[in-house]
Amino acid sequence: MEDTIAAIATALGEGGIGIVRISGEDALPILQKIFRGRKTEDKVLTYGHVYDNFTGDCIDEVMAVYMKGPHSYTTENVVEIQCHGSIVSLRKILSLVLRNGARLAEPGEFTKRAFLNGRLDLSQAEAVIDLIRAKSDASFDVALGQLEGKLGNVVREIRAHLLDLLVNITVNIDYPDEDIEELTYENLLSGLVQTKDQISSLLSTADTGRMIREGLSVSIIGKPNVGKSSLMNALLRETRAIVTEIPGTTRDTIEEMLSIRNIPVKLTDTAGIRQTEDIIEKIGIEKSKESFNQSDLVLFMVDGSRNLDSEDEEILSHLGDRQAIVILNKVDLPQKITSDSLRQRIPSAVVIEASLKEEKGITEIEDAIADLVYGGKLNQKNSVLVTSVRHKNLLEQAVSSVTDAISMAQIRQPLEFLEIDVNRAYELLGEIVGETVSGDVINEVFSRFCLGK
Amino acid sequence: MEHLFMGEYDVIVIGAGHAGCEAALACARMGKETLLCSMNLEAVAMMPCNPSIGGTGKGHLVREIDALGGEMGKNIDKTFIQSKMLNTAKGPAVHSLRAQADKNRYHLEMKKTIEHTDHLDMRQMEVTDLIVEDGKVCGIETRTHTWYRAKAVILATGTFLRGKIFIGDSAFESGPNGLAPSNDLADNLKKHGMKLRRFKTGTPARCLGQSLDYTKMQEQKGDEKIVPFSFMNDSIGENQVSCWLTYTNEETHNVIRANFHRSALFGGQIEGIGPRYCPSIEDKVNRFADKERHQLFIEPEGLDTDEMYIQGMSSSLPEDVQLAFYRTIPGLENLRIVRPAYAIEYDCIDPQDLQLNLEYRYIENLFCAGQFNGSSGYEEAAAQGLMAGINAALKISGKNPLILGRDEAYIGVLIDDLVSKGTNEPYRIMTSRAEYRLVLRQDNADQRLTEKSYCIGLATKERYSRYLAKKNAVAKEASRLEEKLVGPKEANDFLIARGTSPLQNRVSMAELLRRPQISYTDLAEIDDETRPMLSYHEVTQLEVQIKYEGYIQKQMAQIERYKKLENRKLPQHFDYSLIEGLRIEAVQKLNQIQPESVGQASRISGVSPADINVLQVYLEKQRRKGQSCCR
Repeated sequence: MEDTIAAIATALGEGGIGIVRISGEDALPILQKIFRGRKTEDKVLTYGHVYDNFTGDCIDEVMAVYMKGPHSYTTENVVEIQCHGSIVSLRKILSLVLRNGARLAEPGEFTKRAFLNGRLDLSQAEAVIDLIRAKSDASFDVALGQLEGKLGNVVREIRAHLLDLLVNITVNIDYPDEDIEELTYENLLSGLVQTKDQISSLLSTADTGRMIREGLSVSIIGKPNVGKSSLMNALLRETRAIVTEIPGTTRDTIEEMLSIRNIPVKLTDTAGIRQTEDIIEKIGIEKSKESFNQSDLVLFMVDGSRNLDSEDEEILSHLGDRQAIVILNKVDLPQKITSDSLRQRIPSAVVIEASLKEEKGITEIEDAIADLVYGGKLNQKNSVLVTSVRHKNLLEQAVSSVTDAISMAQIRQPLEFLEIDVNRAYELLGEIVGETVSGDVINEVFSRFCLGK
Repeated sequence: MEHLFMGEYDVIVIGAGHAGCEAALACARMGKETLLCSMNLEAVAMMPCNPSIGGTGKGHLVREIDALGGEMGKNIDKTFIQSKMLNTAKGPAVHSLRAQADKNRYHLEMKKTIEHTDHLDMRQMEVTDLIVEDGKVCGIETRTHTWYRAKAVILATGTFLRGKIFIGDSAFESGPNGLAPSNDLADNLKKHGMKLRRFKTGTPARCLGQSLDYTKMQEQKGDEKIVPFSFMNDSIGENQVSCWLTYTNEETHNVIRANFHRSALFGGQIEGIGPRYCPSIEDKVNRFADKERHQLFIEPEGLDTDEMYIQGMSSSLPEDVQLAFYRTIPGLENLRIVRPAYAIEYDCIDPQDLQLNLEYRYIENLFCAGQFNGSSGYEEAAAQGLMAGINAALKISGKNPLILGRDEAYIGVLIDDLVSKGTNEPYRIMTSRAEYRLVLRQDNADQRLTEKSYCIGLATKERYSRYLAKKNAVAKEASRLEEKLVGPKEANDFLIARGTSPLQNRVSMAELLRRPQISYTDLAEIDDETRPMLSYHEVTQLEVQIKYEGYIQKQMAQIERYKKLENRKLPQHFDYSLIEGLRIEAVQKLNQIQPESVGQASRISGVSPADINVLQVYLEKQRRKGQSCCR
């Protein structure tokens, strides 16, 4: 039987339920490792919970079903885990399945297997090819988008480091007679440990990555009574923050998790920033400033029916080159400010006209947030974030290869054995940045060293 | 013009260099009537460049050639004058044997072997054309207006094809080492539709040993214990000579820099592409300007000559400059040159026009080998010559080709690299080109290959028995070590002395051998049973097998995965544009190379993983269609 593959089978969306599908020999053993509930029987939907078998944490409440081959979609043993439809939950479960030994399915691979195993008839062959093509192209585009960002740069940097080690190993092995510096185990080890740290720190952004766990942090900011709480309620589609006509109602910051176009978002409604003598409100304002400083994205609200005043100007001066969406609220009232004038003031910002009272502009705000995220324009604060399960999986494998190489170097195992693991890590990272062409090492060997008769 | 018919052969081999000799011997030994042609019989197995055989990767090739019943290993064992196992400080997978050869004796011994081989004729003649009928080669024509009929022809023209030598501003038509070039054949190959291109290589000057001052150099001795190349030999002769190490200096580089403009290389006269791993000294000085010194080795060319090879210093600078820069080097101050360094340019084929059996894709029964295929090096040439010979013989007998996988031999890596990936410079084998280096070791080449060769009728009965005997000896000793237990009392002093932890309980000898600090030889100290007398290769194999069992199993698992795709065969002479869903670039590459398996297709640059998936689905579709027809 082929190796075991897994992927999220449902479209990533707002659906109430999401499915992680596993196919192959190990499908059931993997389920058994992570599922706690009634005993699974063939083709019986079973209620239970998915637990992280490494940490013991409960991940989600699920329904799981096992379909024994050949009576399944791929004709292999198949497991489907139905969980809550949020990205967070789906990704966590998929990532757990991969850590337990499954490989992430290639685009269209379930269908390919179904076909190769005789499940689909001949007339569907063309459709299978189209599917492989379409999915590969789509994922290629997505991959390219992500690579524009910091992740690609960091991965390339780590790869360059590994290439360096590989080149030295190769030269030492293939050119024993040449007048080149001998690669000592000490040098090798320090290089490997450094690389491991680099990958681990990248990986830790996946484990603690706010994009996944806590979501993109977005602050709504503005002077009192411009409609910040109304915006929060509109985005949440429920009344969470108290909305009143009295300026300064929101005295503390309010945090809510929500999903905007599949992006987990931590939305913070801040107390209006203004000069005040009220101590409680003062604390609220301090918190607002803090939240403002820590957020990935700022939604700056302005009341279009009033002229910009010193309080607006104060916030504007703090904005600097921060990534922001400016929301010109209350366009239902006679306007004192135009969106063009705001664009001139803050060229880097997206300006959206809205009337929260009339529920106007909400979709546009959601679109603008999604554009910024998917367009890779948002500068994540603190560090590069690994958001894709595929990337995380590859990084985990790379760390494990480098760790193997380190333990071999510690007991002075021969270079050619070590090289296999170093090379493997190099290839795995190459899959992240889409650079898998072989020959790099040999090219580098000859460009860096003067070799030959 | 009427040509005289001079005879009929099964196989005719054009060129008697390292590729040609192996090709001809393999065919004759497989019972095919074979003719080996050379423009000059003094050039049989000639070594026009370095006087050595083997080295990293190359040494592996020689052992594989030997395991398959080729001649190179036996011939160097007869004619070596110094031998050295390289990389012994590293792991067993990259131990590589290298021997200095007596060039003239190497040539003479090979010639003698050819003269005494049944079914093999050798003749001095210049082949000027191929006779091709209906897309199939069926004979050759010569300079002296004769022709021969043949069922298969092997092209192994080395650097002779439209050879051109460059020294300073002079450039003249010549084969290597002052021999005549082969021009008409090149023109006629083009006439038959072959696409030829130009590659370049070079060689340093030869000088007289008596003009050197060895006191200013470091002596490089051979190994005390000499390991033969051939699996057929248990012990061979002694080291006869030393090599010498010295270095260039700033003055050398100044002389070279001042004369860059007089080099043929920089003057733009040379159009051919040279190998990066064999740069001329002017190239080294130019590209690595920061390097304060470059090392060079002085290597004897043989016992009956005082000529010395200056390894590391090939050049196409004019002769006055050559003399000047060589003389700046410690020990070479009074050097007298007997042959100048030169660069040579020659015609060769794009190996992507070949199939994995080394048959030219567009003319049936025409096989190609050696430098003509875009490789470099004696060993690379011999390996291809052997495989071209074997496959020509198999083809005309109507048998399946012998194609070695990347998991089976460096020879498989070499040929697959050339044919599937192509090359833009003369190709040299390196151990890092092999994915499965731990399995492709020089100690186990016979275990990997001899049986295959025996099955096709090339390896002799004697070789096959030796292979079996070794296999059994290693297996027997391995199981003895697994079974034999030792306890703390016998072993702990021994273990502590070697800096490894003492035992608590009884363990097997094999378990102790798995510790990095302990070798098989060490174990003798606490082994109270009689040990079998094992050869170097047997000991190495045994040690590797036990010590690195886990890694080797890991590698074997990788090989299993690799084989899955290798075993999925693709149709030949197929038009890939018929498969919808393949990208245009993939269609073009697949149509040119016509890979034999899905695995080979996946190594072609320009064919993506998604293309491979599309191919697999297409194959399955075809298979099912085929089934439905049969019903």
